[in-house]
Amino acid sequence: MSRQRFALGATLVALALFPLAGATFYTELVTKVMILAIFALSLDLLVGYTGLVSFGHAAYYGIGAYALGLLAPKYEAANLWLTLPAAVLAAGIAALAVGVFVVRVKGIYFIMVTLAFAQMFYFIFHDTKIGRGSDGISMNFKPVAAIGSFMPFDLGNTTHVYYFVLVLLLVVFVFLRVVLRSPFGRALMGIRSNEHRMRSLGYPVYWYKLASFAVAGALAGLAGYLSALQFGFVNPELLSWHQSGNVLLMLILGGIGSLYGAVVGAFAFVALAEIFQALTRHWQLLLGATIVLLVIFLPGGLASVAARFRRTLIGEADHE
Amino acid sequence: MDIYSLLIQLLNGVQYGLLLFLVASGLTLIFGIMGIINLAHGSFYMVGAYMAFTLASLTGNLFVAIVVGIVLSVLLGIVLEWALFSHLYKRDHLEQVLLSYGLILVFEELRSLIVGNDVHGVALPAIFDWSIPLTPTLSYPVYRLFMSAVCLALAGLLYVLIHRTRLGMMIRAGASNREMVSSLGLNINLVYRLVFALGVALAAFAGMIAAPVSSVYPGMGTQVLIICFVVVVIGGIGSIWGALFAALLIGLADTFGKVLIPEAAGVTVYLLMAAILLWRPEGLFKRVG
Repeated sequence: MSRQRFALGATLVALALFPLAGATFYTELVTKVMILAIFALSLDLLVGYTGLVSFGHAAYYGIGAYALGLLAPKYEAANLWLTLPAAVLAAGIAALAVGVFVVRVKGIYFIMVTLAFAQMFYFIFHDTKIGRGSDGISMNFKPVAAIGSFMPFDLGNTTHVYYFVLVLLLVVFVFLRVVLRSPFGRALMGIRSNEHRMRSLGYPVYWYKLASFAVAGALAGLAGYLSALQFGFVNPELLSWHQSGNVLLMLILGGIGSLYGAVVGAFAFVALAEIFQALTRHWQLLLGATIVLLVIFLPGGLASVAARFRRTLIGEADHE
Repeated sequence: MDIYSLLIQLLNGVQYGLLLFLVASGLTLIFGIMGIINLAHGSFYMVGAYMAFTLASLTGNLFVAIVVGIVLSVLLGIVLEWALFSHLYKRDHLEQVLLSYGLILVFEELRSLIVGNDVHGVALPAIFDWSIPLTPTLSYPVYRLFMSAVCLALAGLLYVLIHRTRLGMMIRAGASNREMVSSLGLNINLVYRLVFALGVALAAFAGMIAAPVSSVYPGMGTQVLIICFVVVVIGGIGSIWGALFAALLIGLADTFGKVLIPEAAGVTVYLLMAAILLWRPEGLFKRVG
């Protein structure tokens, strides 16, 4: 446990010092990775701790992003302190509404139904004028963090955005850790390992799952909002099933049900994608083949490889 | 809407539904019998459509293309089951989802490498290139009637296969208790391989006969896959007749949704699914049979 805590501390220090190295490209890249890490963390609450494999998590990521795109005024900057909570709330409410239907079903049904609902949101943004169709929305201004006339930081500044995202990643991480150690979190893990037993113990399983689904959706919305903030535009591809598949892949790469695995997985995924993209235009072929080989040749051992991977990444000695 | 327009929409809805049934029946059989969720099932539909496109331009005849295409898709199914899916029977759904997600990426990029990203049309065979006149202004293309007839015939054959043959008996037995079947000395692995190949061939065949009507385009597989998930969820996983009923329901709902409430066209089928989930979370039908 203390070893893990040391690793977490070391990672945090490394992340905090990283922008000092100076290269803007890498600062932006790591910002993107940390946003994806928040996204993957939110999915870990569902997949890793509640036992619900969602293949439609990108919907809430996209809704969070679109919230900023739609709320941002055309000729002036949006206010961060108004739009960010609105985005989280919008994604949370959407997840709650979908959750009412999907948490009624289990296993393979859950996978198919979450995908179908996510596709419904994709079509809403893609085919209607609500979000200006398939072109999406470009924002002319970055949001401002003004509180009255006081401006604590500048979201037009790459380094400031980096630290803002880092702080939020930390907040989400700690929040999930606290939630998972609470009686609520224990009940979720109970549901994951034996739903029938939890039900016969008198737990309202349906409501617990619904709450988990809504919280995961709200946090995914936060990640989506940050992505829209970083890149200044939103389009329906943010909600596509590729995005849902990729975030599941991040979880598998890093290891399910450990929280920090989600963070490591986001790094591993972006590293993999960057390497493949440098090699060929058809990098999805390499990504797809890698996924297939991973599943086939490491039977049940994705987590074990992830653990080794984790140790290598964090720089700990391999004691096995 | 007059009676002829209504008839045309009705025929279109039934035709679309029957086409969905071909894809969904393979999906639901593979799940019901082998316990595998296969996201790449839509890719087989896409592969079929592109095979029809390339083979028809090579041979100049859509029917030759379809026959060759069926043979190739059965082979594809056997190879995929042998090389990949046979390793997944004891694994959890998450790994199955991941592997088939990887397969979708592979199929889509191979399609982009081999044929490119353009939309292509496939010519109708000459004998079907005419329409039945209904009124002076309205007519119905005979190829669509042919498609519906072929799909219905296949549904009938599937019924005979599952309920009236020895193989069908093994399939039904395998769906209810695979350990028992293999301890009785039946080769369950062979049954699995055949069922998988059958599913691939059905989906590819659907893509092949749909190609002249829908043309071939990137992403066509996923679109069909997701609608087929809706079909399977409504019909009940593992139930072929549930899939037939649900496919027709979705085909009609989608077609009439587009005509009656065009603003909500993309959403109709999902709303239908949501309603069914509230009413019967396990789907309208259950089990194979």
